[in-house]
Amino acid sequence: MKLHDPLTRYVVRLGDDALIMGHRLSEWMSRAPFLEEDIALSNVALDFVGRARLFYQYAADLMGGEVTENTFAYQRDVRDFTNLLLCELPRGDFAFTLCRQFLYDAYSLPFTQALCKSADSQLAAIAAKAEKESRYHLRRSRDWMLRLGDGTAESHERCQDALDQLWIYTDEMFECDALLDGLIAAGIAVNTEGLRSEWLDTVTETLHAATLVIPEAQGNVTGGREGIHTDDLGFLLAEMQFMQRAYPGLQW
Amino acid sequence: MSEQLQLYEVFIRSSRGLDHKHVGSLHADDPHQALEYARDVYTRRGEGISIWVVASRDITASQESDCDSFYDPLDDKPYRHAAMYELPEGIDSL
Repeated sequence: MKLHDPLTRYVVRLGDDALIMGHRLSEWMSRAPFLEEDIALSNVALDFVGRARLFYQYAADLMGGEVTENTFAYQRDVRDFTNLLLCELPRGDFAFTLCRQFLYDAYSLPFTQALCKSADSQLAAIAAKAEKESRYHLRRSRDWMLRLGDGTAESHERCQDALDQLWIYTDEMFECDALLDGLIAAGIAVNTEGLRSEWLDTVTETLHAATLVIPEAQGNVTGGREGIHTDDLGFLLAEMQFMQRAYPGLQW
Repeated sequence: MSEQLQLYEVFIRSSRGLDHKHVGSLHADDPHQALEYARDVYTRRGEGISIWVVASRDITASQESDCDSFYDPLDDKPYRHAAMYELPEGIDSL
């Protein structure tokens, strides 16, 4: 499935981030450390899947024809997905999931706030809803950083290990490409490069309070926006898309 | 981890002017976290505008065995019940 219209590509890109993040979180359902956290994590997963639906529905409207939200989620191959690599990394242990979530939430809040001012009214409306969710997500994941980082020796170590592994994937959030340049000029897309300092402030403040250290830069891994993914995304899609691939158009 | 968690009672006020009502309990590490879990466990369908959480161990409760001495003596004093009194004419409710 090749998309050409820049706005559609941008909307699908945002939908991909949300869907893949939501799916990774949903893998914790019934596996979280205790019942209350299981419900809370699942709620966050549902927020992201709900966000993906709004973006995909809008993209489907833009494309017209027989395309629906499900087309984007279930009928595209791995190279067609343009989510951030950060979102697709396997869930790992609880510390890894929460560290990933914190690093993303610290980006997602200023991102959705900026998208509220988009010249595209539909995107601005989706962002207005997402911004409220992100505010709560960040509050939750920041809280967990403090608990885990400043918790036991083991939780601290697992948290620091997770951050060290995740750090090389964070730069991709602020990357700009030709697609973004055009849409930023039109006032539609968020200039993510401009979010970097706010993100770093949030992360620095929280990690410091959590007695964790900012990992040293070791280069960056990128490629998600061009559809070049880790092997793990293929496995995720194989599971997520199985029913629609085996029984196209199935409804229940 | 759940062994270290404490039990909290959750009270939710569904709209302005109403009382907080007890809706259930949950486990959390501290009151701050209990409040967030209360939001996730009990208010996801627009149930409330205000949440209280109270550590269950901070509640002092009457005992089942106290029933006789606590409540029975009240019933043989009819003047304590509103139904004892007749409303003056012209007043429908008081």
